[in-house]
Amino acid sequence: MLKRSLIAGLALTFLSGSSFAATEITWWHAMGGELGKKLDEIVAKYNASQSDYKVTAVYKGSYPETMTAAIAAFRAKQQPDIVQVFEVGTGTMMAAKGAVYPVYQLMKDTGTAFDQKAFLSAVVGYYTDADGNMLSMPFNSSTPILYYNKDVFQKAGLDPEQPPKTWEDVETYSKKIMSSGAAKCGFTTGWISWVQLENFSAWHNKPIGTLQNGIGGINAELTVNGDLQVRHWTNLKKWQDEGLFEYGGPAGGNDAPPKFYSQECAIYMNSSASRAGVIANSKDFKVGFGMLPYYSDVQGAPQNSIIGGATLWVLKGHGEAEYKGVANFFTFLSSPEVQADWHQYSGYLPITEAAYKLGQDQGFYAKNPGSDVGIKQITLNPPTENSKGLRFGNYVQIRDVIDEEFQNLLAGKKTPKDALDSVVTRGNKLIADFRASNG
Amino acid sequence: MQTKRTVFGNRLLPYALLLPQLAVTVVFFLWPAAQAILQSFQREDAFGLSTAWVGLTNYTDLLQDPSYLNALKVTAIFAPAVTLLSVGLGLVFAASLDRLVRGSRVYATLLVWPYAVAPAVGGIMWWFLFNPTIGLLPYLLAMVGYHWDHALQPTDAMILVVIAASWKQVSYNFLFFMAGLQAIPKSMIEAAAIDGAGPVKRFFTISLPLLSPTTFFLAVINLVYAMFDTFPVIHATTGGNPAQSTNILVYKVFVDGFIGLNLGSSAAQSVVLMIIVVALTVIQFKWVERKVTY
Repeated sequence: MLKRSLIAGLALTFLSGSSFAATEITWWHAMGGELGKKLDEIVAKYNASQSDYKVTAVYKGSYPETMTAAIAAFRAKQQPDIVQVFEVGTGTMMAAKGAVYPVYQLMKDTGTAFDQKAFLSAVVGYYTDADGNMLSMPFNSSTPILYYNKDVFQKAGLDPEQPPKTWEDVETYSKKIMSSGAAKCGFTTGWISWVQLENFSAWHNKPIGTLQNGIGGINAELTVNGDLQVRHWTNLKKWQDEGLFEYGGPAGGNDAPPKFYSQECAIYMNSSASRAGVIANSKDFKVGFGMLPYYSDVQGAPQNSIIGGATLWVLKGHGEAEYKGVANFFTFLSSPEVQADWHQYSGYLPITEAAYKLGQDQGFYAKNPGSDVGIKQITLNPPTENSKGLRFGNYVQIRDVIDEEFQNLLAGKKTPKDALDSVVTRGNKLIADFRASNG
Repeated sequence: MQTKRTVFGNRLLPYALLLPQLAVTVVFFLWPAAQAILQSFQREDAFGLSTAWVGLTNYTDLLQDPSYLNALKVTAIFAPAVTLLSVGLGLVFAASLDRLVRGSRVYATLLVWPYAVAPAVGGIMWWFLFNPTIGLLPYLLAMVGYHWDHALQPTDAMILVVIAASWKQVSYNFLFFMAGLQAIPKSMIEAAAIDGAGPVKRFFTISLPLLSPTTFFLAVINLVYAMFDTFPVIHATTGGNPAQSTNILVYKVFVDGFIGLNLGSSAAQSVVLMIIVVALTVIQFKWVERKVTY
C-alpha cells in the first residue's frame, strides 16, 4: 500500500514536473518606460501562445549599458540568450565570432523557416555579412525624419502643408520664421552624428568610409571629410552664428526636443521613433512631418536614409533546446501582426514588407498622416554602397569623437575642414585599435 | 611616547582577529588591483575571446594620447579648484557660525544637509539649474548680459562641474572646521580680546593657525575626493563634454573601459590613478600628520 502510493506520488511529481518544464529563454533589452511596457506585453502574448518555451525579458538600462552588461555576462559565462544591441555596436558584435550565434545560422540549424527577403532591404543591409547573410534579428529600427510646427509656419506666412524639401528651403524658411517673429530659432536637431553626418551622407549618396562604409571588411577607413560634408558643417556653423540653428547637445541631443516642444525652434530633425513623444508634447500646436532636407544641386540626392535603433543578437553557450526556442520566438516577433502593432505604437519602422502592408490595410497611415514618412524615405531608392548602412569597429567611441569635433566647430575653435579632418584621423586610430585587438 | 602594544596570551588569536579585515582587503582590493595590473599589460577584445601580451604599450600609448594628456590637464585644474572652493567655503561658514550665538543649531543642520544627498542627485540638480534651455540660472545670467552655455563653452562647463562637485563637500569641511573651532580654548580668544585684538585679527592670528592641521587634512581629503569620487557629478552634469573639457581622469577610465570596451587602456589608467592615490596617502601620513602640528 505504502509502496504503491509512493510510486504514484513519484509518478505525479514527474508528470507535473515535465508539464511545467518549459525551456527558459532570457532576453536583455534597453526599452524603458512606455516602450518597455509594450515589449513586456508582446512577450506575455508569446508566452501565453505556447507552452514549450518561456521568454523572460529583462530591462538592462540604456543601449550602451545593456551591451556592456551582456559582454560582462559573457565573460562570466552568465550570458542571456538574446541581447538587444544598438546599431553602432554592430561592428563589435560582428567581430566577436566566438560569442555570437548568427541568426541565419540559427534558423538553418534549428530548421526554422526564414525568409530574409521579407525584410525591408534598408534594414537587412545593415546587419548582413559580406556574403549577404543576416547576423542579427531586426526588431526596432528607426530613421531620422523632419518634424515642423505648422502653427509657426502659418504665422510666418509659409504654407503649413509644405515641409521644407531642401537645405535651401530650411535656410529661407528659417530666416522668414525669425524675421516675422513667429519663432526664435529656425531649426534644431537630435543626434548630430547620426542625422547630420551619417544619414546626411547616405541621403546624398556620398560615402563616409571606404569598403562600402565598412560593411565590406574590417580594413575600412573613414572618409567623412569629403567636400559635401565640409560644406554642410560650414553651413551649420554659419546658421548657428546667425541663430537659425540651435545646438541640442551631444549624443542624442537632450536639449533639442524641449526647444521644439516649447515652440522656440520651428523645425526639428530626429528619429521616427520620437514621433510618440512629439505628439504627446505638442498639444498646443499642430505638427507636420517631412523627409530630411537635401542640397538640390547634389546629383543623386535624395537617395535613401539609413537606419538606427537596435537588433537582437543571439549569444553562444546555450543548449540546443534553448536555441530552438529563440528561433521560435523570432518567428513570432517578426510576424506581421506583432511588427505592425509594435511599429504603430512606437514609431519604429515596420521591419517587414508584410507588416507595412498590414498597416496600410488597417488604414493606419490614412488615419495618422505622416506616420509613414520614415518608411517612405528609407525605401525611396534601392540602397547603394553609400546608403546601405555603415559598420566600423569602435563606432561607439567614434560617435563621441564626432560630437566633440562638432562642439569644437560650434565653439569656433576649429574650422569645418579641420574638425572633419580630426574626425577622420582620430576615428581611424580607433578603428586601427579595434583591428589590433580583434585581428 | 605611550606604547600601543597589547600582548595576547594565545599566539593565533591576533591573526584570527585580523583575518576578516585581511579577507576583505584581499577580495575587494588586492585581487582587483592585481587584475588591473595584469590587464594593463594586455590587449583584449571586448568579449575576452583573444588576449595578447603587449608589454608597456598601453602605458606608452597613454602618454602619446592627446585626450589622456587633456584629461590630466583638466584634472589638474578641476581638483585644486574643487578643493579651494569647498575648503574655503567650509571655513567661511564655520567661522561665521562660530560667532553666532542664537540659532546656530538650525544653520548647522542646514549646512550639513547637502552631505546627505547622493552625488548623482546633486549633479542632476545643478544640471537642471544651469541647463541652457530650461534652467533658472542661465535665465538670470542672461538678464545681466552673460550668455551661459555649458554645452559649448568649456569654461562654463568647468565652472558648473566645480560648483556641483564642491557643493556637497562644503558640508563635510564645515563639520571638521566647526569641531576644530570648538576645540580652540576660549581663554586664549578672551585673552586676545582683552589685549584689544578685533574679531578679524583674532581669527587670522589665533584660530586659523590652530586650524592648520585640520586645513591640511581637509586639503588632502578634498583633493582625493575631487579626483576619485566626483564621477557621478561629471556623469550627471556634463558627461565630460564639451569636447572633453570636463573629462577628468577617473571619468576617462569609465568611458574608455566600460563604454569603449578598451580594457587594456582603461586598466593602465586605473594603475596610474592607483599610484596617485598611494602618493597622496603617503604625503598625508608622512608630511601632513607629522609636520603640521603645534
